[in-house]
Amino acid sequence: MRTRYVLLAVGVAVLVLLPAYGGNYLVRFGTFLCMYAALALGWNVIGGVTGYPSFATAAFFGAGAYAGALLQVAHTPMPLAWAGAVVFVAAASAVVGIMILRLRGHYFAVGSIALVEVARLVASSWSDLTGGGMGLNVPILPGGPEYAGMVFLYSMFAVAAAAFAAGLWIEHGKLGFALRCIQQNEDAADMVGVNTTACKIAAFVLSAVFAGATGAVYASWTAYLDPSDAFSILLTLKVPVMAMLGGAGTVLGPIVGVVVFQAMEELLWSNFLEMHHAILGLMIVGLIFFLPGGLLSLGAHRRRAPARATSREVPAE
Amino acid sequence: MSKAPLLRVSGLEKSFGGVRAVRQVSFEVGRGEIVGLIGPNGAGKTTLVNLITGVVRPDGGRILFDGADVTTQRPFQAARRGLARTFQIVQPFPQMTVLENVAAGALFAGKATSRREAERVAAEQIAFVGLQPFADAPAVSLTLPNRKRLEFAKSLAMGPRLLMLDEVNAGLNSAELDNALDLIRRIAARGITIILIEHLMKVVLGLSTRIMVLHHGELIRAGAPRDVIADPRVVEAYLGQKFAKRYGRLADA
Repeated sequence: MRTRYVLLAVGVAVLVLLPAYGGNYLVRFGTFLCMYAALALGWNVIGGVTGYPSFATAAFFGAGAYAGALLQVAHTPMPLAWAGAVVFVAAASAVVGIMILRLRGHYFAVGSIALVEVARLVASSWSDLTGGGMGLNVPILPGGPEYAGMVFLYSMFAVAAAAFAAGLWIEHGKLGFALRCIQQNEDAADMVGVNTTACKIAAFVLSAVFAGATGAVYASWTAYLDPSDAFSILLTLKVPVMAMLGGAGTVLGPIVGVVVFQAMEELLWSNFLEMHHAILGLMIVGLIFFLPGGLLSLGAHRRRAPARATSREVPAE
Repeated sequence: MSKAPLLRVSGLEKSFGGVRAVRQVSFEVGRGEIVGLIGPNGAGKTTLVNLITGVVRPDGGRILFDGADVTTQRPFQAARRGLARTFQIVQPFPQMTVLENVAAGALFAGKATSRREAERVAAEQIAFVGLQPFADAPAVSLTLPNRKRLEFAKSLAMGPRLLMLDEVNAGLNSAELDNALDLIRRIAARGITIILIEHLMKVVLGLSTRIMVLHHGELIRAGAPRDVIADPRVVEAYLGQKFAKRYGRLADA
């Protein structure tokens, strides 16, 4: 376990020092890494720990992006616009959560993916506010591309770090224990005194808040938004796949998944331009069939096996 | 300790579609009692427990627990008030350890305020039911009798005042049954009021201070064990002539 955290610390150091030695391409790649890490860690709260297969990531990413962008267009300073976007997404996700969290399993998955489509349609139809399909221009951060690259790398990193801290807090805290009970057996959780509705909404809001924050930073970073970019089905599918690739329900899993997925996508994309989506698709199928616990479970199996053997050796009374 | 009954149910009513599963059921359970609830399959026994613990909402009637109206409570609220139950079909958190399973009860419904404290309470209850060797084993790996013990430990960790045992002894062999009986006696000795839903008359007669009989959703008889099993309506609805005689001897013994 300790080596994992050492590796994580090295990875963080490499990321933080990127602007000093890496070019624009690497800084951009690093920013995407942080963005997906924040999204995957956020998704993990509801999708991994609580076991509710949410495909609503892009709905809250887009909502945060538009809220932040519109606030900036209305001359709100960038950090305040981001904060406003987070508050908006938290409130919106609480309302949506109350409705959608009555569904379980497949029904919840379908309901959550519908949120993305509904949000996209709203954004593209409400042209007066969002510019519709024409898109929305966000004020560009002054100071030149290199300075902007650094600001957005560190901003995305901060969101990812907050998501990681939230993940640790959940894993060790009372809420996380309640969420794991819900994931294991929701009715039994209710019976032992877990307020399942409140816990699920908390998990859903927490997960949405990180998607919203990421979206707001993303909008300022790209300085342009359109509905199909903000509410992208591809994004909403990619994030759970990344978390599951590393290991859903664990704190480090989503980060491992994001790094491996992004590295592979970058390699595949540059080498197999025509085929890279097909290859990614095959990987996802292979992952579900052969490694449902994710990459981290490879190490866990080796560690757990002897522990189980010793627990059997204890004589029964 | 007040003299008011711990549980007072009045005019409870529940229908599923056209079926009246529970009809105008009224009864009281006093503190420290062990009340046996018997009746044929489909009589509404489990529905009654589901109504009392908030799993299903009644169509009519009232439920008072320790003087408070709990008719519309949700299951987690019932658990926090001290109304615990076990399930006919055991409901563990399969991939969690036995210790974690029991700690959940202590943390969310019991008095424990931290996970460490919850685990300490859990360890006590695990020892009480005799599951220490399996404390760190995942719940899914337990045998059926041990899963039933886990249910006991989990509900005890919740610090209940009323414990409803829904056929906890079904599927146990006679040696396991004796252990389970002993366990229920020890739980009652702690001052926990018990409602025992059971088909095994040996268990019901061996433990109950009072017996209630449910038939087609109606409470047809309640009283001392000996009187109840001698009642012709109970004999006809549930026991049968031959068994009534045998149980009559058992109750006298």
